[in-house]
Amino acid sequence: MTAYRLPASNPSNAVIRRDKSVFFTFDGQQYMGLKGDTLASALSANDVRLVGRSFKYHRPRGLFSAGPEEPSALMTVGEGAHREPNSRATMVELFDGLKATSQNRWPSLKHDLAAVNGMAGNLLSAGFYYKTFMGPSRDAWMIYEHFIRKAAGMGAGSFEPDPDTYEHMHGYCDVLVVGAGPAGLAAATQAANSGASVYLCEDNPQFGGSLLGDFSEVKGKSAPEWASDQIDALKNNDTVTLFARTTVYGAFDDMTFGALERLTTHDPNPAQGQARMRHWTIRAKQIIVATGRIDRPIVFPGNDVPGVMLLDGVHRHALKYAVAMGKSVSVFANHDGAYGAIADLAKAGVGIANVIDPRPTVTMDQAELVRQAGADLIKGAVVCGTTGGRALKSIKVSKWENGLLSGGSWGLECDCLAVSGGTTPLIHLASQSGARPRFDEAMSAFVMPGPLPEGWHSAGGAFAEFEMSDAIRSGTRAGSAAAKALGLAPKRATPVSITGIDFSLAPDKIMPLWEVPKSASGSKQKAFVDLQHDVTADDIRLAEVEGFHAAEHLKRYTTLGMAADQGKTSNVNGMAIMAHALGTSIEEVGTTRFRPPYIPVTLGAIAGENVRGHLQPTRKTPMHDWHIRHNAEMMNVGLWKRPRVYYKPGETLEQAYVREAQCVRASVGICDVSTLGKIDVQGPDAGEFLNRLYTNGFAKLPVGKARYGLMLRHDGLLFDDGTTWRLSETQYLTTTTTANAATVMAHMEYYLSVWWPDLKVRVSSMTDNWAAASLAGPNARKVLASVTDFDVSDAALPFMGVTPASIDGIYCLIARLSFSGELAFEIFWPACHGDTVWRRLMDAGTPYEITPYGIEALGTLRIEKGHIAGGELDGRVTADDVGLSAMCSTKKDFIGKALMTREALLAEDRIQLVGLVSQNDMALKAGSHLVINETAKEPAVSEGHVSSVTYSPVMEKYIALGLLKGGRDRHGETLYVTDPLNGTHIAATVTDPIFYDKAGEKMRG
Amino acid sequence: MLITCPICGARDVEEFTYWGDATVAYPALDASEEAWFNAVYQRENPSGDHYELWHHERGCRAFLKVRRNMATHFIHGCELVGPFAGTESAT
Repeated sequence: MTAYRLPASNPSNAVIRRDKSVFFTFDGQQYMGLKGDTLASALSANDVRLVGRSFKYHRPRGLFSAGPEEPSALMTVGEGAHREPNSRATMVELFDGLKATSQNRWPSLKHDLAAVNGMAGNLLSAGFYYKTFMGPSRDAWMIYEHFIRKAAGMGAGSFEPDPDTYEHMHGYCDVLVVGAGPAGLAAATQAANSGASVYLCEDNPQFGGSLLGDFSEVKGKSAPEWASDQIDALKNNDTVTLFARTTVYGAFDDMTFGALERLTTHDPNPAQGQARMRHWTIRAKQIIVATGRIDRPIVFPGNDVPGVMLLDGVHRHALKYAVAMGKSVSVFANHDGAYGAIADLAKAGVGIANVIDPRPTVTMDQAELVRQAGADLIKGAVVCGTTGGRALKSIKVSKWENGLLSGGSWGLECDCLAVSGGTTPLIHLASQSGARPRFDEAMSAFVMPGPLPEGWHSAGGAFAEFEMSDAIRSGTRAGSAAAKALGLAPKRATPVSITGIDFSLAPDKIMPLWEVPKSASGSKQKAFVDLQHDVTADDIRLAEVEGFHAAEHLKRYTTLGMAADQGKTSNVNGMAIMAHALGTSIEEVGTTRFRPPYIPVTLGAIAGENVRGHLQPTRKTPMHDWHIRHNAEMMNVGLWKRPRVYYKPGETLEQAYVREAQCVRASVGICDVSTLGKIDVQGPDAGEFLNRLYTNGFAKLPVGKARYGLMLRHDGLLFDDGTTWRLSETQYLTTTTTANAATVMAHMEYYLSVWWPDLKVRVSSMTDNWAAASLAGPNARKVLASVTDFDVSDAALPFMGVTPASIDGIYCLIARLSFSGELAFEIFWPACHGDTVWRRLMDAGTPYEITPYGIEALGTLRIEKGHIAGGELDGRVTADDVGLSAMCSTKKDFIGKALMTREALLAEDRIQLVGLVSQNDMALKAGSHLVINETAKEPAVSEGHVSSVTYSPVMEKYIALGLLKGGRDRHGETLYVTDPLNGTHIAATVTDPIFYDKAGEKMRG
Repeated sequence: MLITCPICGARDVEEFTYWGDATVAYPALDASEEAWFNAVYQRENPSGDHYELWHHERGCRAFLKVRRNMATHFIHGCELVGPFAGTESAT
């Protein structure tokens, strides 16, 4: 037994409830903790010292801290689909039934086979993977990647869908206070009392920060009681909202902040439907950053043995959770602040054996505190090594003179070493404001130099106000400043008196010490800077030798600070060691920039409600329900749901669409084309506008006629196609492809606003206003004639004719257009009558066995006709590539004309539209490549690709459209349609892309 | 980021679509290939203030010319582009 729960009889202000037991498991073993414990404090109370393995060397690791900075105790919490990897045990609230498992070990935590990496540690130095696997021969990487991936990486996520729900919320406040320690509480109180609306966000489950468990007295009350009073007052203030378990993880433009609120992560039985986490987008007018500070380690050989911890971690475990991290604790610290902690530990009943201070002298008061604690004070000395594999057994101590080891070392037994090399203000969030941190020599820390950008205020330990009284005072000051910036009169605040010894650090009361070097004769142990990513002091020196000097280069080359903890405990030491190696100052080396997120943010919280059916809006046509009732299989086409096929009993997909296509060619079919983009273009200059937009002319299109048009992009490549109908002298109805409806609309608005504001034209999207159907087949006219009194004969409504009409008194537009190659009409009618007119057409078609057809048959029919669609309009083809160069007018100018004749766009070996016919009754697959090689054995050069495929009832073969290099001159050639991913390699004949009725007699008939 | 649309007021950037450099003068449709090439492909990438076009696509659908600092994202102001340019009331 080494770590243990301090007895109830000891003086304590701890937050744990000794009368409430909580049972949990770690690696399958059951343990008991207390309500109020974290997973870390409960494991420590049970003397579980080995809590994980390191990332690269798989070395045994123990708990290092008591807070958000924890680099070592990363665990997977929960099971199955609920598992959450890389949870910091110090931040996980204990609850009944919690199941935690260790990470980075195989087969077990105690016996990790990959720990052999540690023995080969000299090989796995900085840049090892780059040097070994990314060098001249990448073959090695191919062979070893699997093993490296297995060994590397942190915890594994679940492969199951996340069963939990998450929420998104937006919040608005005058003042956002981040951190509810002494500074944050004071700041929130002062801002609220001055009349501001306040959000107070606290990472931990309890408000109070370092006040919790503390032995100090504030205004005559114990620190936790004073905190509790402040919190109660804030809770009773209507303008204050308190957020516990909420981390403000990022600052974004215009005072927008991202925060993660954990709602049920601590709750064994959450209410049904209760979201697990809530993501907050907070817009604040002012922000007060009171994120506090953490202890900084000292790097020395053997510093990663379980039992070596931050002094602050040992202190907080004792005071807040009543857990002693050892029976015999030694302290290794280089500053005055440590002595307050030593006194606190002694008062709480933690046994302290030795205090090792590298400074040659300490004050009388400090020496007395150590004596009262019953410990030996060893001045002018450092810890230079450790013994113990999975738990600390002893430390090696050596004299320290003028920054060098002096004389030999001697051993001291202890089961916990509490290290403090100074204090690191938590400036991560503040540095996201854009202000650059500066290294303060007197503090020996990176601090945010004031003033911060507009709207930002600082308070407490994050801004080097380390004394509790200073923290409270600076919080009040920040609250006043924020109120003033809001135009409020700050309320007069009463000063706060504090008694007790602060666990704090004053400037110039520290002797900078970043690393205890290895002695020539002494320890061969590794000295770790980054415990989570296994970066050693030697790695940093190697990076220096190899030329990676800048902070950002050092980070990427060694991965220092790139782990999930963002280097909270490692960055400063790393920079200091680099500065020493370079013979320059720490300020000169600088620190890396901290970016959001401050903590790992669960992806589910970022997704929020936007998952599954809510991922994006669903668009349904007015006839949607009819399709469902008639056995349609619906398919996503962009945001739209469209019928793919209408199944008859026992049919396969192919049988269904082939039947549908055959019925269209034989009699009549009807297809819902409501999803087409429809844009109303009106105004005296509408014709001129369309003339500029389309490659072919529209100004002279007669009223009552439609024309197929091509639109190019600025760079001369094909953008979209569709028909435009002239409804009057000043009104056109333009249709676009379903996919490009919104983009074409936006482009029209762009041209009319930015390029040609002088044109008298207005555009309006009509896509959702019109229901639309295509009625196609030799009997289409007979069906149509039976539902309308308007003349739809060939004479009255010839091919490409457009007429207003009515069906059962419902206004509609009828255009004689054909995508299928048959005699066909497009009928548009108001969407509110969508189902009525559709059913009327179906009824009228009954004598002709009218067949509804889906987009598969629509595709079959248009592929047989060689019409292009989305598969061909892929943004890489020109009008000429798809055989439509004749549509590009030479008599007028249009968008894209200037660049469409660039040399490369006219090259002879450009891909050109061709037909393909499978030679052996095998289906072709879109996306396959066209090659000349008869077999798939050797790598082949792509001659082009397959863009659309179908089984053609007309050809009675599998056919396709494709884009083939110089394809127009290659009809008759045999090529191979290869799809290495699916292992198919099919011979196909290159043909003309029009398989059916090339003369177009049927659609004109 | 917030963009203050002269018609709708301050709105989140999510409502807007970026339409690129507002300082590019596109040539006439009958201009040379070279003039068009420069307009389509050549862009400055200034650090500091720059004019951009934004489309209030999920709002009033106006096109805005926004003066924005590329380094700090600070928006100095917006104006309407198009037939109604200059007619809006000050916001």
